[in-house]
Amino acid sequence: MPTRRTLLAGLAASGLVPGMSWAALGNPVAVSAARQEDGSFALLGLDRDGAITFAIPLPGRGHAAGAHPHLAEVVAIARRPGTFAMVIDCASGDLRQTIEAPAGRHFYGHGAFSGSGDLLFTTENDIATGDGRIGVWDRTDGYRRIGEFASGGIGPHEILRMPQDTLAVANGGIRTHPDSGREKLNLDSMRPNLTVLSLDGEVIDNAELPDAQRQNSLRHIAVQSDGTLACGFQWQGDPYDVPPLLALYRDDGSLSPVAMPDEMLMGFDGYVGSVSTLGTDGFAASSPRGGRAVVFDTRGTVMAEHLASDVCGLSPRGAENALATDGFGSVFSIGAAGLTPLAKHPVAFDNHLVPVG
Amino acid sequence: MRLTLILALIASPALAGVDEALDHHVLPRHAALAESTAQLAEAAEADCTPEALRPAFGAAYDSWVSMSHITFGPIEDRGLSLSLSFWPDPKDRVGKALGRLIADRDPIVEAPGEFAEVSAAAQGFTALERLLYDPQQDAAYACALTTAIARQLAANAAVLAEDWPAFARLMTTAGEEGNSRFQSKEEATRALYTALSTGLEFLQDARLGRPLGTFDRPRPTRAEARRSARAQRHVELSLAALKELADHLHDGPHPGVDEEFAAAMAAAARLDDPALAGVAEPASRIRVESLHRAVGNLRNTVNTEIGKPLGITAGFNALDGD
Repeated sequence: MPTRRTLLAGLAASGLVPGMSWAALGNPVAVSAARQEDGSFALLGLDRDGAITFAIPLPGRGHAAGAHPHLAEVVAIARRPGTFAMVIDCASGDLRQTIEAPAGRHFYGHGAFSGSGDLLFTTENDIATGDGRIGVWDRTDGYRRIGEFASGGIGPHEILRMPQDTLAVANGGIRTHPDSGREKLNLDSMRPNLTVLSLDGEVIDNAELPDAQRQNSLRHIAVQSDGTLACGFQWQGDPYDVPPLLALYRDDGSLSPVAMPDEMLMGFDGYVGSVSTLGTDGFAASSPRGGRAVVFDTRGTVMAEHLASDVCGLSPRGAENALATDGFGSVFSIGAAGLTPLAKHPVAFDNHLVPVG
Repeated sequence: MRLTLILALIASPALAGVDEALDHHVLPRHAALAESTAQLAEAAEADCTPEALRPAFGAAYDSWVSMSHITFGPIEDRGLSLSLSFWPDPKDRVGKALGRLIADRDPIVEAPGEFAEVSAAAQGFTALERLLYDPQQDAAYACALTTAIARQLAANAAVLAEDWPAFARLMTTAGEEGNSRFQSKEEATRALYTALSTGLEFLQDARLGRPLGTFDRPRPTRAEARRSARAQRHVELSLAALKELADHLHDGPHPGVDEEFAAAMAAAARLDDPALAGVAEPASRIRVESLHRAVGNLRNTVNTEIGKPLGITAGFNALDGD
């Protein structure tokens, strides 16, 4: 006869307790951190038409979140260099638990779950050395910190689960220290990379840009079901000498740039804020600074460019589109065919839409 | 060229002069560019030697610099900004593009309809300045290329001037049924305010900041239009244009803005450094540095006295930096 403890562990692992499924929550397709009209911060759920399905207060400004693969549970992660992450039951709106980065670490704002949903991985800074770390948290044991491993670079930002249940990490290359806020400490020697790791932290692959582009900070990534991964960069060099800001990684280790005409590239202001898959075909990337977003296919051909001030958050919507949000509260559908306003809310959506459900 | 600060409108207690700014600033400045570039093309057809063409070039370049802050609208929709002026150009793309055309004696210069296909770096004022102020080995080809660029500038300016009235109607009918480009009046105000704000940013960071470089490494060769010794003039024209837009944009009092514009314009006029080559000498550098700071202060004051009363705050995501 199983003990109560093993029974609970078994139920948790099978996803039966404690949460409800996403479907029971009005089928949100994404969550986003946001600033509300009164200045407070919240985590919002959005359905495919841009309606807000739930709003859960956050104690401070969030950035992105890790969404459990099948339970209505997300871990909202504080904005860099925050040290708190909030486990939220999206069905009840309850803040189930606050987890805190261990001493000497801070979060970078992103996290990802393993395919089973049992492990959460967070990108972190080893403050003393500046080395990028991936924190490992055991959901089946109350999000206990069970270990960490090297991220494969400095300044790991977005982390995501690859289709083969491995992890891809965008190591931005920029060293910062909480004592000097967001000041960039190593622009002359930075070396960003994309690292693919097993769930145990073993390096499976990594990819770097050519030397001349080592000031191109890799921050955001999105992966298609065939494993093609889109990379969005933030250029730290001369703003009038911008290299390609988007690239595609394939598991042969190559990083191939997405070519854009000069005029379009200059319009990005050196800055990609978010990337997403477009359902099953291609990707979208946003530049809130440039006030535009582009849509490109998995071969790296740009299919459309759309103007939208402060547009940033992106997540898949149906087979051919992505949901997009801006800092003015607008929600759009974006695709090769156009940019369609869906809804407007009295909030400022923060940088990322995190797909759920 | 865009160094965009994205702005949000949260309320608009002050009245934004969108109609006024369009009628008395944006539209006439586009008309002036179309006219001066048409005259430039005509002058080039008549006599394409550098000495003969420089006055018409100067007049047309003046009208471009006086509207180069209007980076939204038709110029953005048609992707013509770099074709009109390819600057800053740290990799000397202009020199390379011209070098290729000249080395090949590329006959595309004789096919007016096709010149739009060459690199944007070879199409605009920055390219034309090279041909008119740098010595040219092959005078005959340089002449043909000069004429082709002048014609292209006139064609592009004509397209912008033709497109603008329809775009202006989209701005004045912002928020009305069927207007998907400007879904609220605030968006039209935001577009104009962003032009003012990013115009000042470009003035400070690019027109003044690039030649300044650092004290240890000044970059005089990075000054805009240094070959024609127009860098200081561009700073002055740009300040005057931005001042006019600021005045139209907001009907309330903005004493700090007025005072700081006046101080910056006086300081710019006093530089006595047409190519801004003085950034490399401590005594003259200090004057450019002081103007650079004055424009920085002006940006803050514009934000406080014009942006905030219009209800404009900085974009949530554009400023995030992650």
